Amino acid sequence: MTRASWGLRIAAGLCVLFLHFPLFIIVLYAFTTDDKTYAFPPPGLTLHWFGVAAARADIWAALWLSVRTALLATLLAVVLGTMVAAAMYRANFWGKEGITLLFILPIALPGIVTGIALLSSIRRANIEPGLVTMVIGHATFCIVTVFNNVVARFRRISHSQLEASSDLGATGWQTFRFIILPNIATALLAGGLLSFALSFDEVIVTTFTSGTEQTLPIWFLNELFRPRDRPITNVVAIFVIAVTMIPILLVQRLTQAGEDLHGGGKTS
Amino acid sequence: MTGLMQRFSSLLHGRPWLALLLLLIPPLLWMGIIYIGSLLNLLIYSFYSLDDFTGQVKYEPTLSTLQQLFTSSSNVDIVQRTVFMSIAVTVACAVIAFPIAYFMAFHTKGNSKAFWILLVLLPLWSSYLVRVYAWKLLLAKEGIISWFFDTLGIRFVLDWILTLPVIGGFSLSSSYLGMFLVFVYVWLPYMILPIQASLERVPKSLLQASSDLGAKPNQTFWKILLPLTVPGIAAGSIFTFSLTLGDYIIPGVVGAPGFFIGQMVYTQQGTAGNIPLAAAFSLVPIVIIGLYLAFAKKLGAFDAL
Repeated sequence: MTRASWGLRIAAGLCVLFLHFPLFIIVLYAFTTDDKTYAFPPPGLTLHWFGVAAARADIWAALWLSVRTALLATLLAVVLGTMVAAAMYRANFWGKEGITLLFILPIALPGIVTGIALLSSIRRANIEPGLVTMVIGHATFCIVTVFNNVVARFRRISHSQLEASSDLGATGWQTFRFIILPNIATALLAGGLLSFALSFDEVIVTTFTSGTEQTLPIWFLNELFRPRDRPITNVVAIFVIAVTMIPILLVQRLTQAGEDLHGGGKTS
Repeated sequence: MTGLMQRFSSLLHGRPWLALLLLLIPPLLWMGIIYIGSLLNLLIYSFYSLDDFTGQVKYEPTLSTLQQLFTSSSNVDIVQRTVFMSIAVTVACAVIAFPIAYFMAFHTKGNSKAFWILLVLLPLWSSYLVRVYAWKLLLAKEGIISWFFDTLGIRFVLDWILTLPVIGGFSLSSSYLGMFLVFVYVWLPYMILPIQASLERVPKSLLQASSDLGAKPNQTFWKILLPLTVPGIAAGSIFTFSLTLGDYIIPGVVGAPGFFIGQMVYTQQGTAGNIPLAAAFSLVPIVIIGLYLAFAKKLGAFDAL
């Protein structure tokens, strides 16, 4: 490894600065005393707005709806994604590539296409949009996240363990419960956390499927277009960053730990 | 209950295809009915039209809605504007991403590489809406970028940039330049990582051979390194291009008046209640992305993902 030239190091450093500076600004503005404009530098710093935001019933209601939506969508995605992973990891069959494409499609096409497509079905079926339609929409694009995490782990389960289990007379359920599940547990958790973060932060598909319901991202989006509560928006922004980032950092940990476990021989 | 389980598992034993089928049917039904069904429904809606008098959707097949895409000059403008922005954002992302990707691929390893990858991923993982909001703060007339130019005493540079045709505007937050910056910021990590991955795969011996044979560094770059990273750039460009093409939030929050495809879909289904036209408009990104994917596949993008 040779030493990087100064020009290259500066370019890389500037790029990291460009990527992180806006996040730093978000944190800074949550403490500003200015409640009318986006003035820089902030005229003063205060913790006042955290209390104000915490006392707002509409924010708590939006947060609670987001959490419920994300939990239900994740639950569905974990069940369906694991089924697909279990079916696809070993078998080769006609149409396998087509099936993979089918599950990738919701994240390959722009969110707006998924959103308007779901809305057109909601309208045609005459369903009242709300929690259920949001959960359905979110689960649809979360399945692939769970699938990706779990299928990688399935491929690492040694086949001999499964054979040993069934040779010793275990039923399919017992093999699943005592061999497969412990092996894929952390991958399930990682996929679940990722899909929770994905759903919690999702806004494009949500705007089409939520009807009159307001999730936290929708609340935030309204503030983006028509600012009314600037200082409160600043506080909510930090909160949203934390809620989406923490699960993903956990996943980073989990998957790395999984790798170590694998490297150090399969215990379980 | 256990007896039933026993019989069930002995039924599956020796019939792996049956287990496969049972596992696949529920997820396939879900995707087939909900997702593919909705996409087909969307396609069908684009053949409907809005009754001019009642404002209700007329459920009779017609080509008139799709025709509006090509005949109305404002609609053609929207498509052109969006495609042009997507191309500009993609090119800018590739140019900005290359140096850092190069640095990560050739000058970091082990823990420091993991750390740099985390640095690139963190912004991507924090909320999309919040990052767009951050740029609203940055670009505002009283915001930090203006402050920066004022403090350095070069306010006139910013003012001059804003007088430029097309990219300029009243302030950064109401100019195409501002919108362009936000797009580049939001999608940049999607470009860095595939380029870095494809640089990692370039055999060091090739670069060594090139310089041993007397090639200057920039010859090695243009003749060896860049051609070998084309698949990575193409893979990254799929994200930057298609995400810009479908976005309706960024053009609504920053930038000059003048609709983008995503905004058109959103307002047509919402305030205008014209789902047929919204459906017709949403076919545009699908077709363009389809063509783009075919092109990217030629460049080897799918091997680099």
